[in-house]
Amino acid sequence: MYSNLEALGIDVGSSTVKAVAVDGSGVILWHHMESAEPRVVPQVDHFLKMVSEKFGDISGIPLVATGYGRRLVHVASKQITEISCHARGVFKQLGHGGTLVDIGGQDSKVIIISSTGAVEDFAMNDKCAAGSGRFLENTADRLRVDIDKIGKIALSSTEETYISSTCTVFAESEVISKIANGIAVETILKGLHRSLTLRIVTMIRSLGSLPPLMLSGGVVKNPAIRYMLSEETKEPVVLPDLPQLMGAYGAALIALT
Amino acid sequence: MSIFSHIKYFMNVKLGARSYIMFNRWRNARRPLRWNTKYLAPPLKVDKITKELIALHYLDGHYVDGRKSVAWVTSGAPVEILQALGYYVIYPENHAAICGVKRKVVEIAGEAENAGYSLDICSYARTDIGAMLSGKSAVGTLPKPDLLLACTNICQTVLHWYRILSYHFNVPLIIIDTPFIYTEYSDADIEYVKNQIEDSIPVAENVCRRSLSFKKLQNVVKMSKDASELWLQIIQRGTHIPAPISAFDQFIQMAPIVEMRGKAATVNFYAALLREVDERIKNGVGAVVNERKRLLWDNLPIWHRLRYFAEYFGTMGISVVASTYTNAWGELAPLMDKDRPVESMAKTYIYPVLNRSAGSKLGTIKRMAEEFHINGVVLHSDRSCKPYSIGQIDQRNRLIHDDRMPALLLEADHNDTRSFSEEQTASRLDAFVEMLGI
Repeated sequence: MYSNLEALGIDVGSSTVKAVAVDGSGVILWHHMESAEPRVVPQVDHFLKMVSEKFGDISGIPLVATGYGRRLVHVASKQITEISCHARGVFKQLGHGGTLVDIGGQDSKVIIISSTGAVEDFAMNDKCAAGSGRFLENTADRLRVDIDKIGKIALSSTEETYISSTCTVFAESEVISKIANGIAVETILKGLHRSLTLRIVTMIRSLGSLPPLMLSGGVVKNPAIRYMLSEETKEPVVLPDLPQLMGAYGAALIALT
Repeated sequence: MSIFSHIKYFMNVKLGARSYIMFNRWRNARRPLRWNTKYLAPPLKVDKITKELIALHYLDGHYVDGRKSVAWVTSGAPVEILQALGYYVIYPENHAAICGVKRKVVEIAGEAENAGYSLDICSYARTDIGAMLSGKSAVGTLPKPDLLLACTNICQTVLHWYRILSYHFNVPLIIIDTPFIYTEYSDADIEYVKNQIEDSIPVAENVCRRSLSFKKLQNVVKMSKDASELWLQIIQRGTHIPAPISAFDQFIQMAPIVEMRGKAATVNFYAALLREVDERIKNGVGAVVNERKRLLWDNLPIWHRLRYFAEYFGTMGISVVASTYTNAWGELAPLMDKDRPVESMAKTYIYPVLNRSAGSKLGTIKRMAEEFHINGVVLHSDRSCKPYSIGQIDQRNRLIHDDRMPALLLEADHNDTRSFSEEQTASRLDAFVEMLGI
């Protein structure tokens, strides 16, 4: 059934590890995602074992690794950055260029993809977690709200409070102070999402946005981020299927070539 | 000037240092300098001479007391007058950069921070103020200044920094104020700077108790010009493919042109460097083995990671062939004129890249990109050097949109290791390299 496996991609991110297997024309045959373990090498071995169980002997199958832990994937034929891999994956799925926003656990990236699929320009958030998924994770944890529900809760609020700080640690103190002042959790959450969104919008504007606006990465699951990005940029947001897998998918496509 | 000081100087510098240098040369001959990668040409032979020159310069400073007056000056100050008057000259910025290369900044700047100086102040200033307060340094102790000379052509921080030095050491401070050049300088601008340089002469004469000899000044200006012209030629050799010298080599080899301008030894040093670079061209040797792409570096280097960047780019087959920073010490050479020394100094020192508009710097980047056959530009957004970094976002966007030139903005600090994240830098560099098609 899976004899047409031609290439593998693995994305060792800071929050999750993803793997994708493709056939010769880039169709996804299999994919898998798990939370990232502190020890990368055993987790990668575990992934490869799963692939072998599914497809049999995978020696000779090209494998490209991406993500923060890519250098620890020693069996990979090549290590490529998430910038190139996300761009490749999204371009293949959507069939057009534009401005891709990838909000990951550790950082955020804005990538300008040309009409031919080449990376024309990119920006990454500065040396601070405030522009990343970790910003939401930290504060959700402080508010004792499930990370998967924070977007929905934020959107349910009719009011919004201003979070002035753009530093994750200081934002946490600001949140504590707002709670102490009796501000509702959903109002605070809406303000937090706005704060993150505005940082991303600044990055988009610094590059000069090329429409359409596309999204990938784990934070895409959050409806408030999708809504606010569209609201702030006044652009509709386009999503690929399986947005969290675009890095691993792009890696597999690069392995294919 | 006591006889004792001269004897001490002769014994320690002329005899002691010479023996040490001979020993060091013998030791280095057995342990040649090398990179940690096979993708870079062996380090330049003159590297050892550069180190000797700088080491001797600072050693000279240890035994200068009682022999010469000492001046501390900014890197873009009209130093020729002080050289002609026989001052021993220290450049605190260079001293701070040496502390940066030797990774001593966090410890030394920490002394300034403990005294209340903010982390937002330039890391050169914090390093030197920390050294001033604690006596800590990467080059032993610095001689105390008898005179301070600050020129505002590089930034406004120097104004406040040198006032602090003046207050601490209780010595006179000369400030040369250079109007910012938005488009082109006017005659009034030159007259204004010229008058200040002229006014500084009696102050400097009074401190060292000597009179300025016009002939000596002419000679110093000529040697400044000769060394700067040689430096410009060395930089221009980077237009060859493969480039015989990289910007990282230049960052090291620029020390004498900053620190020892106006001296015969500096002219001889750059003549030797030019010969070595020409020899590399003749033999087809590139700074990077198998040069595939060529980059331009904008802004100061990241002193504490010079080797990291040189080896990273080299391994990728990328040669960083030019830099607007090292170019700044060569591009002004044609403006110097020994027959009109003070006026030409006014014209030279009003015109550094940092005293011109962001548009002018973009023009320099574009001109260099064409001349040096550049494939991409790395703009180091230097937390410490605001005047150099302001405008870089626009400059980067213009390069990308107007010239289709890939350009990367890299956030760091020229001296403070705490403002540098290796993982973040590596992910940006890797993505940029992939964008270049490597």
